[in-house]
Amino acid sequence: MSSPHSPGTHAEPGTHPGPAGTRSAGVPAEPAPAAVGRAVDRVDAPAKVTGRARYAAEFPYEDLAWAAFTYATVTRGRITAIDTAAASALPGVIAVITHLDAPRMKPSPKPNPIRSMESMATATSVDYLNTPEVHWNGQPVAVVVAEDPETAAHAAESVAVTYEVLPHSADFAAEERHAVPQRNSVIQHASGTKGDADAALAAAPVSVDLRFTTPRHHHNALEPHATTAVWDGGRLTVHDGTQNIHWLRSQLATKFDVPVGDVRVLAPFVGGGFGGKSMVWPGTILTALAARVTGRPVRAALTREGVYRSVGGRQPSVQRVAIGAERDGGLTALIHTSTAPMGKVGGAPEQITSVARHMYGAEHIRHRQYTLGLDTLSTTNMRAPGESIGSFAMEAAVDELAYELGLDPVELRLRNEPSSNPIDGKPFAHRQLTECFANGASLFGWPARSFEPRSMREGSSLVGWGTAAAYHPAWQLPANVTVRLDARGRALVRCAFHEMGMGTATAQSQIAADALGVPFEAVTVEYGDSGLPTGPGAGGSAQTASVASSLLEACEKLKKSIGTPREGESYAQLLARTGRDHAEAVVGSETRVGKRVGQVRFTAKYLREQRRWMKAACGAHFCEVRVDADTGEARVTRWVAVFDVGRVVNAKTAASQLRGGIVMGIGQALTEQTLLDPRTGRIMNPSLSEYHVPVHADVPRIDVSWLDDPDPTMPLGIVGVGEVGITGVAGAVANALHHATGRRLRDLPLTLEKLL
Amino acid sequence: MRPFAYVSARDVESAVEAVAEHPGARFLGGGTNLVDLMREGVERPRTVVDISRLPLTGIEELPDGGLRIGALVRNSRLAADPLVRSRCPVLAQAVLNGASGQLRNMATVGGNLLQRTRCPYFYDTASRCNKREPGAGCDAMEGFSRSAAVLGTSGECIAAHPSDMCVALAALDAVVEVRSVRGTRRVPFGELHRLPGGTPHIETALDGDELITAVELPPLPLAARSRYRKVRDRASYAFALVSVAAALEVRDGAVADVRLALGGVGAKPWRAHEAEALLRGAPAVEESFRRAADAEFAAAEGRSAPTGMPDSRRAADADGQGARAGNEFKIELGRRTVVAVLRRLADEGSGA
Repeated sequence: MSSPHSPGTHAEPGTHPGPAGTRSAGVPAEPAPAAVGRAVDRVDAPAKVTGRARYAAEFPYEDLAWAAFTYATVTRGRITAIDTAAASALPGVIAVITHLDAPRMKPSPKPNPIRSMESMATATSVDYLNTPEVHWNGQPVAVVVAEDPETAAHAAESVAVTYEVLPHSADFAAEERHAVPQRNSVIQHASGTKGDADAALAAAPVSVDLRFTTPRHHHNALEPHATTAVWDGGRLTVHDGTQNIHWLRSQLATKFDVPVGDVRVLAPFVGGGFGGKSMVWPGTILTALAARVTGRPVRAALTREGVYRSVGGRQPSVQRVAIGAERDGGLTALIHTSTAPMGKVGGAPEQITSVARHMYGAEHIRHRQYTLGLDTLSTTNMRAPGESIGSFAMEAAVDELAYELGLDPVELRLRNEPSSNPIDGKPFAHRQLTECFANGASLFGWPARSFEPRSMREGSSLVGWGTAAAYHPAWQLPANVTVRLDARGRALVRCAFHEMGMGTATAQSQIAADALGVPFEAVTVEYGDSGLPTGPGAGGSAQTASVASSLLEACEKLKKSIGTPREGESYAQLLARTGRDHAEAVVGSETRVGKRVGQVRFTAKYLREQRRWMKAACGAHFCEVRVDADTGEARVTRWVAVFDVGRVVNAKTAASQLRGGIVMGIGQALTEQTLLDPRTGRIMNPSLSEYHVPVHADVPRIDVSWLDDPDPTMPLGIVGVGEVGITGVAGAVANALHHATGRRLRDLPLTLEKLL
Repeated sequence: MRPFAYVSARDVESAVEAVAEHPGARFLGGGTNLVDLMREGVERPRTVVDISRLPLTGIEELPDGGLRIGALVRNSRLAADPLVRSRCPVLAQAVLNGASGQLRNMATVGGNLLQRTRCPYFYDTASRCNKREPGAGCDAMEGFSRSAAVLGTSGECIAAHPSDMCVALAALDAVVEVRSVRGTRRVPFGELHRLPGGTPHIETALDGDELITAVELPPLPLAARSRYRKVRDRASYAFALVSVAAALEVRDGAVADVRLALGGVGAKPWRAHEAEALLRGAPAVEESFRRAADAEFAAAEGRSAPTGMPDSRRAADADGQGARAGNEFKIELGRRTVVAVLRRLADEGSGA
């Protein structure tokens, strides 16, 4: 799958401002081998392994001060007294800022994708430090600024807050009955029907009707959230580990009532996000506020606990999946409903039931989502929001139906593979799920599986094999890009996209190299800076395709502007021959009106495309689990997954992304859960020692591959790989556990007491 | 973290003097637990007496065939020691099952004995905890109790002792040597940790100014056939839900001698005396093992869903409340693990 390749001395990205492109001349003129598709080392690897790559909390500033936060300890209340005397008296404390003295900030915009996409970055409706009201257990109620981080943390602990406790409920179980149907929006189908699924279910000769639950999850990116904020008069510079530079910039401009152009956001490297860094959380805003109040550059690096207190996580859910089938396995009815709480102050409802629209060719389909508000922090997007936990329930239910029918679970899926999108009959842009299952079954050795549960014991281990489908829709976002080619054959790509570890800069270098006919090593990419052309957010597995679309357009424009080379001549040589130093092409406008026009144009085209095609990535998981017959401890011991993700730009980083999704899915299946005490709304395991992500010893060899067949409707045929990997994983594990033990577990995580 | 005074001790003498002179002082060994708790604001010593340079790092054989382990021997070194590995594999295995490689390189034997509970309500200073603040109340009782103990708990505290190493030491009849300005004394391991009763904040029989200098293991040929089994949520870096340390000698199909201790289930490292008594002389078969395990857990008290909690089949499961439903499962899990370990020792030996 991989061909060895060394990118040589690729210019270090993410070092802005400064001269672009540090590579020496002497780039050969002969046509370069195609870069797209190769397993290229990531261009930022040397910077990362040598520590030169700077993250948000690592940019040096003279006179830097440190901020730390005091977090509320009540569920819902009003601050009646706040004693900052002890904190202020500590040597080294510069300021203690509370709602009593904080400057007023403008409210954050209400999230509304039609009015402005930037408004979607509003994490909560709370006016932090501009109100005595406390809306969740963990809300920041004071900011301390000190000369060093230890003093700031100590002082933050020393702020004494008295609350009037207000009526509250953070208890999902108690409030579930108050859930209301979620409304459809331009970005999400919260419900849908085809035919009469309830009648069909009642009439079906074979059926299952099941209830599943999934817990809260947190992202636990390796880099906890951090911000460095610097004001220069009315201009604000912010280093922040954000997944959405443009949205953050717009939100800060609103909050502090300054022109967008006066805010600069830098995020050259982000230490993992998984959705936890898409919205603008209070730590970022309050660091900028602290810098404004003190007139000093201020840095805040959240503790792990601080992340749990002030950054939202994935919604917990209760789901029903009911499936009716003919005796031959043909599905007649498919019902998928979900209930999931958000915070009363905000939250992103996940498309938990979206898989019901796309996965199986049932004659009758009904899906619907219900939501409710709790007195907790807003929930937020986390890797494959919706599909991740929705596919757990769906894929586990399909497996249960297979056993009701006495059919192999792969066979049942193949018999119900639709030829068009099940809910509305729209054609698939590209869907090779059948091939994924065929290849995966063969690689895994699935035909050797015995159908009966508890039939594959080895010593004191019960062995089980499970399978599940993976699915994630393909999206695109607008991106502005500039490309420059000089007469020495060096190319420079500029776009404010995000590098959270996925290898985005590497992939775009590969794409630009092929488009311009230059070697991969001759391309420099600048990114992670709001001073660059506006990029897409890193979310929805959309970044690579989104940037590629504009990048390809820019390269075509650029070549056209240079002219037609003679036979055997490169575009760079043509530039040199005609006495030009360089040429540049721009896609997208950075003016306010231009941006708006661009967005409208993009949206119109995008919606047209979406109406025409159903676009998605899909795949097939196969796994083996071993369960200790005495204790019920379950460990995953083998994994094979085959994906249909269109064209793969970089075989190395794509494999890492898909594998990483599976690792995260194994955590979701077996161990991960955020423990929110329903009495208080307080998270009781805000640490990596008590929130159990998989450790190395939990992760087996994971064999990932892909069909590498371009999606004809996507730029370069690219479909994103960031999220599809996690979908279906928990379902596959639950199915394997059933095969091992004969027990059906429907409540994540699948911990051992549920098997005893 | 609050500011504190730091004293680096040159020798044992000056260490115990320093701690006697500074009320509220704490000894700092590997720091893997103390520093963590100081960061969380749970431990707030005014003075920290660094003992990490004291010459208490030896592992020696005693004239009677026992072993003397210095209090500052690092966990990784203890687990790798050839004498420890051959004479009491249960101890080496227990240590290797604890924490992570990085933590074991720092953590000391003495510090491990004084490790504090991982009860989430003890760690969270916004919660009520009788151990942290005598008389405050206990939020764990009606809260997340999955990590809590089922043996030796009280109406004031249900916290479990988290150590793996201590479980092995409890099985091995270790003796702890402590030193203070008043002299040296030896504390049998079974008397080192106290049950919570009405005073869960008092965790050991040691005075605040006493320094653990060594742990001694009496000669115990039986210990060469011993095992440690830890049951946990993930394969590494997780505290025990249940753990079992056992040594077994079978002669003519009957249990000639046995040592058994439990972790993850007790308010202190739990020596299973009842089970041992039933096992001695009994046929070394599954049925005896099961009867012994049942007897040891007869007094166990698990927590199911607290009154007023919704049926655990409902949304309760979804929001982490499945875990809130309690720790009752540990009783059956504990029994099963005891049986499994004894069965394996009878069949295969120590695996060392």
